[in-house]
Amino acid sequence: MRPAGVSALLEVDIERKAWAASAGDRLQVLENVRFTLRHGEVGVFFGPSGCGKTTMLRIIAGLDPDYTGRVVRPPHARIGMVFQEPRLLPWRSVDDNVRFVAPDITEERLSALFAILQLDRHRTHFPGELSLGLARRVAIARAFAVEPDILILDEPLVSLDARLSAHIRDELAALVDSRPVTTLLVTHSLDEAVRLGDRIFLMSARPGRIVSETFIPKPRAARDASDVAAIKRRVEHEAERQGSVAT
Amino acid sequence: MLRLLSVGLFVLAWQAASWRVGGQLLPAPATVLGAVVAEARSGALFLHLGATLARVALSFALAMTLGTAIGYVMGRRRTVDRLADPWLLILLNLPALVVIVLAYVWAGLTEAAAIGAIAINKLPNAVVTVREGARALDPTLDEMASVFAVPAWRRLRHVVVPQLAPYLAASARSGLSLVWKIVLVAELLGRPNGVGFEIGAAFQLFDITRILAYALSFSVVVLSIELLLVQPLERYASRWRQRAA
Ligand SMILES: Nc1ncnc2c1ncn2[C@@H]1O[C@H](COP(=O)(O)OP(=O)(O)OP(=O)(O)O)[C@@H](O)[C@H]1O
Ligand SMILES: [Mg+2]
Repeated sequence: MRPAGVSALLEVDIERKAWAASAGDRLQVLENVRFTLRHGEVGVFFGPSGCGKTTMLRIIAGLDPDYTGRVVRPPHARIGMVFQEPRLLPWRSVDDNVRFVAPDITEERLSALFAILQLDRHRTHFPGELSLGLARRVAIARAFAVEPDILILDEPLVSLDARLSAHIRDELAALVDSRPVTTLLVTHSLDEAVRLGDRIFLMSARPGRIVSETFIPKPRAARDASDVAAIKRRVEHEAERQGSVAT
Repeated sequence: MLRLLSVGLFVLAWQAASWRVGGQLLPAPATVLGAVVAEARSGALFLHLGATLARVALSFALAMTLGTAIGYVMGRRRTVDRLADPWLLILLNLPALVVIVLAYVWAGLTEAAAIGAIAINKLPNAVVTVREGARALDPTLDEMASVFAVPAWRRLRHVVVPQLAPYLAASARSGLSLVWKIVLVAELLGRPNGVGFEIGAAFQLFDITRILAYALSFSVVVLSIELLLVQPLERYASRWRQRAA
């Protein structure tokens, strides 16, 4: 495996982001979103629907230059991203969809990834033959296949059943721990946030701001059920205090 | 089966019409077939068919290549589209005959003039179709490829071309039938060989049998290319759709 050589910070400072709305109006979506993630840290973003999470991720990924502020990614950082929709190439098999972004991946690593995500039986299928849950897992495999330095996950575990989502969540945690990668995760599940995150950012309703930040010092692998419950209470309490309905 | 029946009906109708108006004006199928065989024996048929096919292939390839490149850029770049659109409109509405005659006048009765003129006739058609395809490219896949820093040529091959494929096929199809029709006119007006030239020569002599013999052979070639090349290619390009459906 390629060692994650880049070890600098990811600095995000989005002062303002507005979308053009109807009739020439501007829809203010993000305001003073400021945070820094250290190499290998997992930041979880938790906020009401429509508060600008996807918009923020797109800016950080470098897809949207139209904002005021600045995002500093480690130089040459490789990005792996799971979009809110799977975004697979319909004319390529599952296998080829992953190889499209990672042409040099070894068969060994590829089959390991597919095994973890329980996709082994679907490698020759085309995206049109997959359920949404399967397609999402292919998108996750694709993001990990490039051995990213920055991993951007926009609600990666929705449309999976509870058991599978818990399984993939734990596998995600293991993957992130086996090769540290700076991760931004957007989720509506507090459980996911608490089990995967190093830091949980609570966002306000639109225009999205970061209203609080909860740091979880205990390593992911060491958190037991009571830890999880305790952190959940803390975040929930914080959300209530901020009047933000995060879920 | 149905197709065979339809061909049989056509031959029957031809024969009947020939009896009705007389062999002078409409030679019977057997007479025309005899002429085809005679022309084939002498080798003239293959010479002329070959010359015509070569012109079709060259001008078609030229028009498709240029048309695809221009159409793609016009579909993706607004300013280029605005700049080139009036030209395109003029070209689209220019009669084929005008282009051919002007090409011969300006470039002489040369092979290059003929091929260029045929290509120019097909070009706007290819541009318009491919531009439509380029406008319809899925931006979300583009974003995906750019986040993952996929190099340009891989993107072109795996993201852009598959999306353009139906448009390319459509433009190839309509373009081919257009080129078939125009090539004969270009040959009639300024080439010393080819099916168009032969039909022109036969026309001077009012040799209807020979006109029909060449027209028929040419149609058979066109049909075979359509059935054996164009349609299988189209099916191949859209195979993932059938599986996904
Ligand atoms: N391309 C766009 N043009 C105009 N407005 C947009 C565009 N994309 C998003 N918006 C608007 O920006 C706001 C934030 O959208 P965004 O997708 O970032 O929300 P989100 O927090 O990801 O929501 P969800 O949790 O539902 O995915 C919404 O009001 C949305 O309508
Ligand atoms: Mg979103």
